[in-house]
Amino acid sequence: MTGALFGAIESGLLYAIMALGVYISFRILDFPDLTVDGSFVTGGAVASVLMVSGTSPFLATLAGGAAGFIAGCMTGFLHTKGKINPLLSGILMMIALYSINLRIMGRPNIPLLNEETLFSQIESWWASTGIDAALMTPFQELGMEGAAPNTFYVLLFGTLLIIGVKKVLDWFLQTESGIALRATGDNAKMIKSLSANTGLYIMIGLGLSNALVAMSGALIVQYNGFADVGLGVGMIIVGLASVIIGEGVFGRKSIARTTLAVVLGAVLYRIILAVAMQLEFVKASDLKLITAIIVTGALVIPTFSGQIKEWMERKRQQKALTQELKQERGQDVAKPQTD
Amino acid sequence: MLNLKQIEKTFYKGTPDEKRAIDNVSLTLEEGDFVTVIGSNGAGKSTLLNLIAGVLFPDQGLMAVDDLNMTYLPEHKRSKWIGRVFQDPMAGTAPHMTIEENLALALGRTKKRGLGRGVSSSRKKEFKKLLQDMNVNLHDRLTTQVGLLSGGERQALSLLMATFTEPRILLLDEHTAALDPARAEHITSITRDVVDQHQLTTLMVTHDMEQALSLGNRLIMMDEGKIIFHADAEEKKKLTVADLLEAFQKARGKSLADDKTLLQK
Repeated sequence: MTGALFGAIESGLLYAIMALGVYISFRILDFPDLTVDGSFVTGGAVASVLMVSGTSPFLATLAGGAAGFIAGCMTGFLHTKGKINPLLSGILMMIALYSINLRIMGRPNIPLLNEETLFSQIESWWASTGIDAALMTPFQELGMEGAAPNTFYVLLFGTLLIIGVKKVLDWFLQTESGIALRATGDNAKMIKSLSANTGLYIMIGLGLSNALVAMSGALIVQYNGFADVGLGVGMIIVGLASVIIGEGVFGRKSIARTTLAVVLGAVLYRIILAVAMQLEFVKASDLKLITAIIVTGALVIPTFSGQIKEWMERKRQQKALTQELKQERGQDVAKPQTD
Repeated sequence: MLNLKQIEKTFYKGTPDEKRAIDNVSLTLEEGDFVTVIGSNGAGKSTLLNLIAGVLFPDQGLMAVDDLNMTYLPEHKRSKWIGRVFQDPMAGTAPHMTIEENLALALGRTKKRGLGRGVSSSRKKEFKKLLQDMNVNLHDRLTTQVGLLSGGERQALSLLMATFTEPRILLLDEHTAALDPARAEHITSITRDVVDQHQLTTLMVTHDMEQALSLGNRLIMMDEGKIIFHADAEEKKKLTVADLLEAFQKARGKSLADDKTLLQK
């Protein structure tokens, strides 16, 4: 169980980069961008093909991100220049990317277990430091070896990476260009009257969003040890789940707070998923169904709980007033029978 | 300064709803002119402003600011020279961003946006002073989200954002029409002050004849896409509401009695 929990946190940290990308398109640009399902795989595909051909994993990961940037710009181009509705632009790009990803990979699946990846590189350096052994000692002394993960380097590396990405994004969103990007999503009419080319901002914004998504895809294939053309199915929902859960649980007071919430939301989502998968009657193939249920829950629960509160309050008030009326006028009022 | 020459704009061309919104309009504004534009609904006032701002392109004609032909220059490019305040208080500001961020966005109108900090500490001081000078109670709320401000406050902020970077042309599109009378009066007086302070060349559309008479040095009246009456600086000083009504009747040969929209005071 705890092993699964650590695994969930590890992958959650890597998926959090994707969630930040979805945050840019959905929240900042107010553009429901479905390109994500395709660009996530594009990032993984480009990175794995490059790694197989001997490129350094670091460069391969960056190249994956760059490919995502181009894909996102294309979606923006379809929308701003082609005047295609945002949802449709994203779907068109997603479908196109499915074929493009297969072209890039050459086959539906590329194993990376024997390739040098970012993780294998860090792992070999990490092993030489001996930190794992030191971190393991307290677990051993408590007789809890079983609760500890096999290694801590993924957690550490993932945390450092996501903090870095978050900080850069926070910084960018406070720059002159960054606030213009935010204004594009908030009030396009106004920022146009202040010399901003909103079409260009949408294109670049979607580019950045999908660059993060693709970079996350590049990291996930290295983490999983294989790239698969079907890896991106439903990815947009995972991203949305992270954004919605994060904002709901951790708040959205400022930009820095919201990006932190999105990152934590991505991790929390993985943890919820891992817990759900532990249930006996749940099969591995139920994953997407569970995802849909989690997102629906995150969307619906706040609405319902508000309604129930209001309903209870109304009922209490009605009861009190009915009694008051009865005392004052000796009159009994009840609900009319209608049917 | 601003030159409009034989501007034509027709909407829904070739359909039964065809409407000639601007019909051969020529207009010149000299440096420092403040022209108020009145007219009934559908007279073409807002269309004229949209054509100058670049939201719409004319079917024919020429529009120039100084020696620059801007007839077909996209909106976001020509806004470098043109500042605007909209009728809807929600339209001129970004609701989910702070007051200081909105002001920083306004700075970007005249200079290229880069990767410098949007709200630097020096800018923050500058913004605070601007708001203090303008006599709106916003200077200690720089980090408040604009969506939490009242309509009047948002319109005051919009006006500041459109003017403090000193545009060559200021366009005001019924910017007090959506406010209650007291707030409208306040915004009107701020308008007078800022235009005066920066000596802005201004074109203001209004429904309110009193406002049209009290502000500015020239006045034009539009109807059915044409300029039907024009008062220069000397004439405008002596103009009254009664004169305007008479001018409208004379020019169009129809009574204004049932046209409540023009009669609003």
